[in-house]
Amino acid sequence: MIEIEHVTKRYGAITSVDDVSFSVPLGEVVGFVGPNGAGKSTTMKIIACLLPPNEGSVKVAGFDTVYQSTNARRNLGYLPESVPLYADMTVRSYLDYMGALRDIPKRERGRLVDGVIDKVGVGEYRNRSIRTLSKGYRQRVGIGQAILHEPPVVILDEPTNGLDPAQMVEMRKLIKDLGKDHAVLLSSHLLSEIALICDRMVVISRGRIVGDGSIGELAKTAKLGASATAEDIFMSLTGTAEAQATDG
Amino acid sequence: MGKTFIIARRETIAYLTSPSMYVIAAVFAGITGYFFVDGISVPFPEATVSPYAGAIMLALVFIAPALTMRLFAEELRLGTLDLVMSAPVNEWQVTLGKYVGVLVPFAFMLMVTLFFTALLYWLGTPDSGPILTAYLGLFLYGAAALAVGLWASSITANQALAAVVGIGLLVLFSVTQIAAASTTGWIADVLQMLSIVDHFANFRRGVFDLSDVAYYVSLIATFLFLCVRTLESRRWL
Repeated sequence: MIEIEHVTKRYGAITSVDDVSFSVPLGEVVGFVGPNGAGKSTTMKIIACLLPPNEGSVKVAGFDTVYQSTNARRNLGYLPESVPLYADMTVRSYLDYMGALRDIPKRERGRLVDGVIDKVGVGEYRNRSIRTLSKGYRQRVGIGQAILHEPPVVILDEPTNGLDPAQMVEMRKLIKDLGKDHAVLLSSHLLSEIALICDRMVVISRGRIVGDGSIGELAKTAKLGASATAEDIFMSLTGTAEAQATDG
Repeated sequence: MGKTFIIARRETIAYLTSPSMYVIAAVFAGITGYFFVDGISVPFPEATVSPYAGAIMLALVFIAPALTMRLFAEELRLGTLDLVMSAPVNEWQVTLGKYVGVLVPFAFMLMVTLFFTALLYWLGTPDSGPILTAYLGLFLYGAAALAVGLWASSITANQALAAVVGIGLLVLFSVTQIAAASTTGWIADVLQMLSIVDHFANFRRGVFDLSDVAYYVSLIATFLFLCVRTLESRRWL
């Protein structure tokens, strides 16, 4: 459903994403892990048709994100890292607005909006202004707009960031459920956190893919034993330990 | 067209439910009212919109950018534009939607000043022709000022900066005829032609000239086009 082939993105002299390739099939939740500034958000913006790659190509549901951008965008739902919502709108009017922009016909919109409000668990806040919602509920509304039009591809940039432990448990359940009938790409800078949601993880460091597989396979890639913790694997793969040692 | 309307409707509702919109509208009505009273307080006053039409023009140099400053700058700051652009929407639809979205509340504001015009009819017997052309001119002038302000809002995530750039550009467009007076030849002609104030003079006198309409429409088209290009350029940075 998502096919990324040899994607490179440069900002002037800085290469943010360097020859990245991987794919996400339907019915799978893939974790996209890396330290801050590794190129996760840039890659996700490229998939969401917001940035064109300098080299390589990305296909969403078979549509090229540059040359068939409108069709690609019809097939994806995206939640950026900062969960940007219109604070002046109510939950229901916001979801209705995003649904209209995403080509959902008016006669179906009411049903889909109500369905997604129940799915993400914001039913009692449906007529409340987004301004008054807590971070966790805003996050849910953000996910709601990403899955409202029932796209096959869902891209969530750090959706568990800033949530309290109870909210995090609920978010994990919600995302796991999504994985049953969507291709979900989910980013985080915490491998241990993402290992609880995803069977497969793609690890990125300094713009390059340094690991792709289950936690066991990643341990092998990192040449660590079965007893290695998620943190050990992450540090070994991304070179964070060396970087920290050098910095220190 | 459908999505332009959807975006325009959201923006208009956002204006109509925002307290700052009413503050801006009150200031606008206050300035117009002051100059209306000023215009009829002279000995032998004329029943024309001319005194307060000039005040509306001057007020719009500040009020148009105050209205438009949030349109893109706020979305750029919060990142909401990324969400909109991840939907199957293009830059023209977003730009036109926002533009129409601010044009509607502006039209309401202008309609409020019709109260003073109604008073003119009550106090005297004004000539309707110049009133009609003056309002058409004011609408076109305001629409052009809003297009300039909209573009200023698209180039920065800082609303205050967007307002300053918008006001600066409108002041520049308002003083070109002064600069034209101090020079000669084709430079003077071009400067005269660019003046946003000069093209209003005919409307104010009751003269309807298509070249004046063409000027305002061209200015609107140019700044909306610049706005679209600015949004597109975000992808290529």
